[in-house]
Amino acid sequence: MRDYLGALLTMKILVAVKRVVDYNVKVRVKSDHSNVDIANVKMSMNPFDEIAVEEAVRLKEKGIAEDITVVSIGPAKCQETLRTALALGADQAIHVETDANLEPLAVAKCLKALVEREQVQLVILGKQAIDGDNNQTGQMLAALLDWPQATFASAVECQADKVAVTREIDGGLETLSLTLPAVITTDLRLNEPRYASLPNIMKAKKKPLNTIPVTELNIDVSPRLTTVKVEAPAERDAGIKLESVEQLVEKLKVEGLI
Amino acid sequence: MEDFLLLDNQLADDEIILRDNLRRWVDAEVIPKMPNAFEQAIFPKEFIQQTADLGLLGMTLPQQYGGSEASYITYGLACQELERGDSGLRSFVSVQSSLCMYPIFRYGSEQQKQRFLKKMAQAKLIGCFGLTEPDAGSDPASMKTTAKKVAGGWLLNGTKMWITNAPIADLAIVWAKTSEGIRGFIVETEFKGFSCNEISHKLSLRASATGELVLQDVFVPDENYLPGSDRGLGAPLSCLNQARYGIAWGAIGAAMACYEKAVEYSLERKQFDKPIASFQLIQKDLAEMLTEIVKAQCFNLQLGKLKQENKASAVMVSMAKMNACREALNIARQARNILGANGISLEYHIIRHMNNLETVFTYEGTDNVHHLIVGRHITGISAFE
Repeated sequence: MRDYLGALLTMKILVAVKRVVDYNVKVRVKSDHSNVDIANVKMSMNPFDEIAVEEAVRLKEKGIAEDITVVSIGPAKCQETLRTALALGADQAIHVETDANLEPLAVAKCLKALVEREQVQLVILGKQAIDGDNNQTGQMLAALLDWPQATFASAVECQADKVAVTREIDGGLETLSLTLPAVITTDLRLNEPRYASLPNIMKAKKKPLNTIPVTELNIDVSPRLTTVKVEAPAERDAGIKLESVEQLVEKLKVEGLI
Repeated sequence: MEDFLLLDNQLADDEIILRDNLRRWVDAEVIPKMPNAFEQAIFPKEFIQQTADLGLLGMTLPQQYGGSEASYITYGLACQELERGDSGLRSFVSVQSSLCMYPIFRYGSEQQKQRFLKKMAQAKLIGCFGLTEPDAGSDPASMKTTAKKVAGGWLLNGTKMWITNAPIADLAIVWAKTSEGIRGFIVETEFKGFSCNEISHKLSLRASATGELVLQDVFVPDENYLPGSDRGLGAPLSCLNQARYGIAWGAIGAAMACYEKAVEYSLERKQFDKPIASFQLIQKDLAEMLTEIVKAQCFNLQLGKLKQENKASAVMVSMAKMNACREALNIARQARNILGANGISLEYHIIRHMNNLETVFTYEGTDNVHHLIVGRHITGISAFE
């Protein structure tokens, strides 16, 4: 990895993708308030993970990466999500099968095991999944691996064994320089994912996809958290339009808000 | 929209991936452009290369001819998603794939396949299909276009009307009467004596290029004669059968777009202090719309499986096309009604779909003729021959 050419020729990327409720679906809370109802609901790849796949494919197209492995952890249906990633340009896929709902720490531990097994130099993940909104997996993975991390990437620039990552922060843009191996999590503006063409979808059917049971990784994936109650956000009444500041002040007084 | 009857369980992963990808493309790249394209009566030219890049042209053909060997269900799903965008876009893909690439694949010589198909899959060559004439619609056998054998080729004379893609085409699959019956020819639009007049003043399929083909002593060399077309009218009808299958899926795509818009609107629109979705008459409409969409989807799915196994008959395809187009048109009209005045604005897309479906209802076999095809199947008596 220290050698410039070596880095160019051998860089392997691991991209983690999660199958989540499609962003267009209006979720409903189950009647027992234990969770949202995802039975028979449209599922798709977490949008931030699509961006992670796209970034990996672009690094490969630029000749910086040689090989892209995508991984998804979850039930059998995750294979469809992995095939989507393969159709977008990943080379092979690993499906870690489990019907349990893994928390970020368990996911990070699984990914660490795979990173070590697959000998990757760069891990790209979405900054968060749009279902749990935890925004933890990438950070935990970097800590477990003791690798540098750059979260919320809006630009990624690889040079030899370094990677420069631009992040959108409150004051403007911040650019970090990391030494590979590293963990990057993607923000929305990093890229615009491509559309998979039909020939690539058909080619993806023939790319390797290995399924391993989560137990094979010998990791304690039991949950650390208990969900007490899930509730839909309170419904908001529509606002009203006022003509002037005076009216606004009066209205706030009447409502007892000032 | 909601997969009410869990029909996705019947689909293969690659079929779902293609559909979902195409849905994303149509939402982002097609729908925002359609109100203007429709109003200005322009077929957005960028769709030509984009549909080729997505691999949608001739997708069921073998890879050696530029196809992807996609299943018929994949082709159907693609038509459904494209027509969720606009019937004109789906028509472009149908004509190129089912009416132009398919006849060359099925009735063409190996040399013709090599020469045309890959370029057509890449959209380097665009085709159109010339069967209908000013005085020959439902009765194509009464066509007046003739092909006379001359040394080294054929001399074609006649006029073809209502030809989708004609103004943007590089070649036309023209059907003409020879002394031995109806035969097919690949007429290149640069041949001497060939001309095309664009048809304007349409109030339906406005975002689709339609034209009239005029053939005046057009010399077509022997190498452009489709050798397999010697079965007569059966050849062009088999092409229409391919296209009608896609239309059955496509029309329901347009219906889905209208239904979704109607649901969304009726939940947001408040009258008498409550969403209009809370009124029984609206709910009845929505329930009927969803029911008809799901029924037609089941029909399409079963028909797609049969087509894949080469077991789908022409009468099955007629019934699917007839049913899907009628129900889609009704759904579009109901949705238009639910949106009230907003229903006629291009901004809400429904009036565009509704006007398009007026064409889809009668092209590639009118509703009446498809009823008669089904009627002939039931009774054994032809009411039109």
